[in-house]
Amino acid sequence: MHVQAAKTVSHILHNCRQSENSYPRSYPPKTLLPFLTPPKTPTLSFRLASAPIKTREPNTNKTKSKVSIQVRLMRFVVTKPSAGAGAAGKARLGALYLGGGGAAPPIETPALVVPTRRGLPSFISRDLLDRLPYPDSLLLHLCPIHFIECPSTRTIKNIGGVHEMVGLQDHFFIASPGDSVESLPEHGGTNKIGAAFETPSGRRLINPKDYMDIISSTRPNLWASLADEVPAWVTEKRNRLSIDRTLKWLDDCLSLDQEKGASTLGAVVGGPNIEHRKKCATEVSMRNVSGFYLGGFGLGESIEERSALLNAVTNILPEEKIRFVSRLGLPEEVLQGVAAGIDLFDSTYIYHLTLGGFALVFPLDILGEAPEALLRNSSNDYTKINLHATIYRKDTSPIVDKCSCYTCQNHTRAYLNHLLNVHEMLAQILLEIHNTHHYLGFFRSIRRALKQEKFELFRERFMESRRVHLMEAVPYS
Amino acid sequence: MALQFEVVGRFNRARASKLTLPHYVVQTPMFMPVGTQGTIKGLTNSQLEDIGCQIILGNTYHLALRPGAELIDELGGLHKFMNWKRGLLTDSGGFQMVSLLHLADITEEGVTFQSPVDGKPMLLTPEESIQIQNKIGADIIMALDDVVRTTITGPRIEEAMYRTLRWMDRCIAAHKRPDAQNLFGIVQGGLDPVLRDICVRGLVERNLPGYAIGGLAGGEDKDSFWRVVAQCTAALPEDKPRYVMGVGYPLDIVVCSALGADMYDCVYPTRTARFGTALVPEGVLKLKHNAMASDERPIVSTCSCMVCKNYTRAYIHSLVTRDAMGSQLLSYHNLSYMMRLSKDLHMSIVEGRFPEYVRGFLRTQFPKGDVPQWVCNAMEVAGIDISSCCAPVPV
Repeated sequence: MHVQAAKTVSHILHNCRQSENSYPRSYPPKTLLPFLTPPKTPTLSFRLASAPIKTREPNTNKTKSKVSIQVRLMRFVVTKPSAGAGAAGKARLGALYLGGGGAAPPIETPALVVPTRRGLPSFISRDLLDRLPYPDSLLLHLCPIHFIECPSTRTIKNIGGVHEMVGLQDHFFIASPGDSVESLPEHGGTNKIGAAFETPSGRRLINPKDYMDIISSTRPNLWASLADEVPAWVTEKRNRLSIDRTLKWLDDCLSLDQEKGASTLGAVVGGPNIEHRKKCATEVSMRNVSGFYLGGFGLGESIEERSALLNAVTNILPEEKIRFVSRLGLPEEVLQGVAAGIDLFDSTYIYHLTLGGFALVFPLDILGEAPEALLRNSSNDYTKINLHATIYRKDTSPIVDKCSCYTCQNHTRAYLNHLLNVHEMLAQILLEIHNTHHYLGFFRSIRRALKQEKFELFRERFMESRRVHLMEAVPYS
Repeated sequence: MALQFEVVGRFNRARASKLTLPHYVVQTPMFMPVGTQGTIKGLTNSQLEDIGCQIILGNTYHLALRPGAELIDELGGLHKFMNWKRGLLTDSGGFQMVSLLHLADITEEGVTFQSPVDGKPMLLTPEESIQIQNKIGADIIMALDDVVRTTITGPRIEEAMYRTLRWMDRCIAAHKRPDAQNLFGIVQGGLDPVLRDICVRGLVERNLPGYAIGGLAGGEDKDSFWRVVAQCTAALPEDKPRYVMGVGYPLDIVVCSALGADMYDCVYPTRTARFGTALVPEGVLKLKHNAMASDERPIVSTCSCMVCKNYTRAYIHSLVTRDAMGSQLLSYHNLSYMMRLSKDLHMSIVEGRFPEYVRGFLRTQFPKGDVPQWVCNAMEVAGIDISSCCAPVPV
């Protein structure tokens, strides 16, 4: 069996190697240290690992010791199934494992997928990323649209994929088309050839083949198929068309996929129409995919109608496969998604907060604190503070007392206020670090509440405290 | 005097030293990045420490405007405000005012200008500059000098030089914290050796903790530049640090170090990073260039900084001009490069291989042997034989 496994692994390696010169020329040749394990499932799930990851030391000047070619398949397991009943009946806990499991700790879900630009966060470089909570911060978003222009797919392939290219070999990348900041789906431009996106360099049309070129060269751990995502106000005809297209493109993507769906999240669309959503979900479930990308949310539907739509889809999707949704960024939207059985969220909430000079401050121990304690905040918005405000000029406390992020351990509100006033980039770096840290903490609290089977109470308490500050802002109610 | 200066290695005029300051012990030759407004653009303190940064510059003019000297003082000084644990140096504010403000007027009293905040007339006197710098609390503070551009000629230069000396006395009198902060004097005098000599002697008489050579790095021709540096370093005392302000390009730093200077500052590495240019041993590398789009090599293959160890030129090319991360990563590399240059200069002098280092440096920058004449002249005075670099390389 050992010999047979060896043959199969080298066969995989041979197929994965795109060209003889796949290593960057100037680097020293790498040694391959494959651990050969017999396959656990009939499909491909080999683990090629180097040293197990135990601690997180700052990795600034370490030479790259990892192999540049790995089969980075991910496995998802539901660790605590949904209760089935109640308002939060569909919420569940899960875990994402890299490859055959074992070496790296699993990422627990529901989880935040940290947004990136071309594979790196907007402001947090890789050495600072190391200091964020582990392993939560290993989960990153990848938007293939960012790579339409450069680097070319050929160059990305030569470098060895996105993990190598951005120096984050230990991280997991989840790809979906579009991001909420600079590559927005433009349904008016989408046609039978491909999906349109508004990007900083204009409108771009991408067809399934080009999309799969980018996917196969970047090689994210999980990727969503190309979808025709339409906003809530389109006609029924246009909506139906979006489903047909999305299904066709899913099949196109799968046929071009070397891993035959092992890393694919089938895109489910259907706009604001519950029947359409159900139909699409049923169809996609029949394909050989590893999980689902719920597309078309966060494009204009109201928060009220969204619940029904989400649940209509998750009711149909198989329980054991992972669900990823984009553009549900606000805490309330995340809670709504969790209640409907969503496992992964990509959110640009942090990015917008950071750009605006806001820092998250809401207490993370929502179940532990008495409700009155949650309201303690000088600006009456207990969620966040705007560090531009002059009240912070001389405030020598950290953003959040006892927060263990780099920013709070090293800098004061006064310093951040100064950096914002003089328009220094360091302000955004420090704020993105804190906000990401804090939001990952929010997700941890959600998971803790789910483990304690107190998720509904958690959600109620959180929503209450948010509403109180809004009511305080309205004198007569 | 709040510093100790110990020369730990020499080659002719060049020297390597250990400079003990209130907050940190630094090694020279040393490059100091400019952190204008209380931060190096795009880098955190931990990253600066990782790359070996020893002293950062703060700009008194900018900091006095925002957040204000009073506030910094109230919050415990700039070190505490920024949470920077190593060395800090503040300039006097004079240069910014003269170079940034069109309506600045220099009188014997000080520099009058229009406040950029509200347009009111303001006056920066030597006393006020020192007072602000006392509040900011840097390890090294600079006297307010009367700076003139080296491209100007005429009696203005002489006037400025003598005024600098008079202002020096006022600065010394106003300095309230000589036990915690080192007040450096600045040698002025344009490109005139006679004036420079008078100024050097005047400052040396005042027995200051350290001396700066000012008024250069402003567009003068290189041949005049090195001569002024050579003259000043020859005349300044051996046992005090020498700081050439506004320098600069790696080549200039190597030449000035060979002539006996110790400390340098410049916005060049970080500023050029924001325009997509990286510092490399051969000179510069423009990452925006289309050829970089498919170049899979690191920026500098021998560089051990985080950027060169992890990123290719192709990837950086895709970031520059599009994402903030691009200029962050290039700033990181460029500053690492300068820190490495400083370290190499220091170690090569200490280990007795300074001439070899200089020759290696020049050969890499000028592979065709076309070393500029001014460098050859300067190296002759410095007593370093670079004839092997100047000869055309046989094909």
